[in-house]
Amino acid sequence: MKDVAFGQYYPAGSVIHRMDARAKLIFTMLYMVMIFFVVSYTAYAAIVLFVLSVTLIARIPPRMLVKSVRAILFILIFTAILNLFFYSSGNVLVDWWIIRITDQGVDFSIKMIFRLTMLVMGTSLLTFTTTPTELTDAIESLLTPLKWIKVPVHDIALIMSIALRFIPGLIDETDKIVMAQKARGASIDTGNFLQKVKAMVPVLIPLFVSAFRRADELADALDARCYSASPKRTKMKVLRFHWRDLVGLLVVAGLMTLILLDKYLVGGEGLVAGVDRYVWAWIKSWFA
Amino acid sequence: MSVVVTDLTYTYSRKTAYEKTALRGVNLRIETGEFVGIIGHTGSGKSTFIQHLNGLILPQSGSVQVLDIALTQKKCPKADLRRLRGSVGMVFQYPEYQLFAETVEKDVAFGPKNMGLSDDEVRSRTEEAIRLVGLDYDAIRAKAPFDLSGGQKRRVAIAGILAMRPQILVLDEPSAGLDPAGKEQILSLICKLKRECSPTVIVISHDIDEIVRVADRLVVFDRGGILYDEPMGSLFTHAAELRAAGLDIPRAVRIADALRERGVALEGDILHDGDLFAAILRRYQNAHGLPIDAEQAVERARALGIGRIAELAEDGV
Repeated sequence: MKDVAFGQYYPAGSVIHRMDARAKLIFTMLYMVMIFFVVSYTAYAAIVLFVLSVTLIARIPPRMLVKSVRAILFILIFTAILNLFFYSSGNVLVDWWIIRITDQGVDFSIKMIFRLTMLVMGTSLLTFTTTPTELTDAIESLLTPLKWIKVPVHDIALIMSIALRFIPGLIDETDKIVMAQKARGASIDTGNFLQKVKAMVPVLIPLFVSAFRRADELADALDARCYSASPKRTKMKVLRFHWRDLVGLLVVAGLMTLILLDKYLVGGEGLVAGVDRYVWAWIKSWFA
Repeated sequence: MSVVVTDLTYTYSRKTAYEKTALRGVNLRIETGEFVGIIGHTGSGKSTFIQHLNGLILPQSGSVQVLDIALTQKKCPKADLRRLRGSVGMVFQYPEYQLFAETVEKDVAFGPKNMGLSDDEVRSRTEEAIRLVGLDYDAIRAKAPFDLSGGQKRRVAIAGILAMRPQILVLDEPSAGLDPAGKEQILSLICKLKRECSPTVIVISHDIDEIVRVADRLVVFDRGGILYDEPMGSLFTHAAELRAAGLDIPRAVRIADALRERGVALEGDILHDGDLFAAILRRYQNAHGLPIDAEQAVERARALGIGRIAELAEDGV
């Protein structure tokens, strides 16, 4: 359970870790949008370079990023295969029985894999370098304008941070219960689908019971200390915009310009069209 | 020979920032019929150690041999693991949190059912286990486990393990979170189980006063290694050693030591409260020449408001 990499803080104390969480959140969102504007291999290379350098600067072992992709491996393979077989336009490369692979299909599948992989890696970088607490603070801060239309921003943030705070506890609890039931001879991960579902019952019921118990205890503890979300509250760690956030902004803005130029000005042919054509020719040679 | 552990090392979250070595080169042999008490501070590796005993964790290096089943780094055959989990009964901390079935009977039957026994066998073992932990089978079998009191829930959870008829019983902090009376009950239950159904018992606790009363061998874990491993009887000769390591020594030993320093030497080996009380009684008897019988003394102790010590003395004297 503890080996699940997606959404886990990796303490390395780098400059990326110390960046303003709001900035990181905005950059990540920009990045996610940006990915869908990438059309050429050159631009993908730029994205890979960007993710790689952020990883190195943040001192995150690249292994961790690979691990985060493993979570979507199935979706990745599934989309790639679907695109490969059902993309009908372009020159036919393979035509055998019901299988028909076109060059554009290959092109599209490769780009799709790149897109999804980079999407997950980029967003993982956010959660690797930002604690959940910082992240909720950032969300609260960014949602502040909504207070004008009476959205209970602080309450939402509190609910989020409590939920996040409970996740490690619940994972630990699950580990313990799984261990206890295994000790009683339960086989959690064998058998067919129905048997597996049935095997989860001895784990899920105690887990729910304990989750409700914890929620009750926490609610009582909050009440006992007269906690109320409505008065103006101050923060122990105030988020501040620093020079490093400015540098980050410049880098992200630069990358965005590059990608948009590539898409709209060069018409998807690639900023360095020659390079792109060369890469494409190489990929094609595999099928020739 | 029940358990042979050689050179066992275990590290959590290997190769990450959260890497933590829980066990470094642990060696331990436990004979059949022993009652071993394990103590140690939080994070000393004692819980990690016992999880190796029924294959919940497989050794990263070194080996564990339990009864006739050997565990190494290699993948263990499923059948062996199943047999191992049937023969090593593991009662975790707060075992009542693992109860899940709609009735007590079904919950206790979970273990034996997983062992693939016949329905009749499962039923008879369930009944036997519930009676063994001192609950009224007919009254409690159809109740929902969540309707029981804390102490009853824990008994039901322990019954769930006993129904598998383990040859080695391992209990992790069995009395945690109970009131003194509940603790007392659980401890005497464990002693009864040792006598009646499971020859080898291993108990983890952080309370030395508790361990000293039930176990006959003391193993102290410290920072992932074994710091001390001696028969319980030789504990006082090592008291200074334990104290130097920052560990508690039993209350009765402390009191006897303090008395000796003040010129009151008590006779006999004093390990737990019962011993202490008996020794004080004997000394009083010798000094005043008064024939005191135990019952009268216990009465007097009760009147003085030290009921708990009096209770202990009942089995001590």
